[in-house]
Amino acid sequence: MKILKILLITFLFFGTTQLKSNEKNNEFKNKILKNIRCLICQGQSVYDSESDFASSIKLIVGKKIKEELSEEQIYEFLREKYGNWIIYDPKLNKNTYILWLLPLLLFLLGGAIMVKKLKFKN
Amino acid sequence: MKNKYKSIILFLFFIFCFVVLYKGLDNPNIYSPNIKVEKKIPLFTAKDFNSNNYINSDIIFEENKYYIVNIWASWCVPCIKEHPLLMELSTNQSIKIIGLNYRDNLNNAKKFINEFGNPYTQILIDSDGTLAVEFGAYGVPETLIIDKHKKIIKKFVGPINGEIVQEIKSIIK
Repeated sequence: MKILKILLITFLFFGTTQLKSNEKNNEFKNKILKNIRCLICQGQSVYDSESDFASSIKLIVGKKIKEELSEEQIYEFLREKYGNWIIYDPKLNKNTYILWLLPLLLFLLGGAIMVKKLKFKN
Repeated sequence: MKNKYKSIILFLFFIFCFVVLYKGLDNPNIYSPNIKVEKKIPLFTAKDFNSNNYINSDIIFEENKYYIVNIWASWCVPCIKEHPLLMELSTNQSIKIIGLNYRDNLNNAKKFINEFGNPYTQILIDSDGTLAVEFGAYGVPETLIIDKHKKIIKKFVGPINGEIVQEIKSIIK
């Protein structure tokens, strides 16, 4: 009876650990899928889409996670196949640096104007 | 004088914003895939349609020839439309046509080939569509041209037509 109890506790412990690990993997996979654009059904992420293309991408992402590729490596693989457009979050490169830096520049410019005005008032 | 400069700079800034946004209106918001590609073919292992044996990409593309990879499925109506053109291309001795059977029922695919003819030197099974992703494909039908250096040099998304066949012929000349 005692052995049975120990076995049951061990089984439950490992079962819960496995479940938690699967849940973590799914969360990671979903995070990636939500950042991939479905190229067939525009306006939807691969996570939301049920198209054939999205299903294949879901399988590929799962496969790459199993191969222990990092999030960035998976994005790079998809970028190489389909270009930058497939990723919702554009990477900072020569084509996108204006997109990334312009809001920051405008923010700094606005701040500078405000500081100057306040100083002038004082 | 200072205010005048400020107004001019502000005016120029607004003009700049206007031009950028106006130009943006002309850009189509429908994604059009890049059809001019210069990528090495992926390395893969796939199941052969006839023998059911696994075959390596190195063996599939081993000859020093132009290859055409055609992604097709029996459930795809445009594939039926382009099939006679593939049959026509298959008579050309300087190319090999590889078929990639995409997310299909094997029996239906065999019926399709029996009914419309087999233009392919080899057919690979892509039951879950992941092999098509390795080729950077979007769906069916899709046709890729691979040169003698094993590089994908052109991609045709959608069914091929007479014009495309002429283009393919001029590329492989």
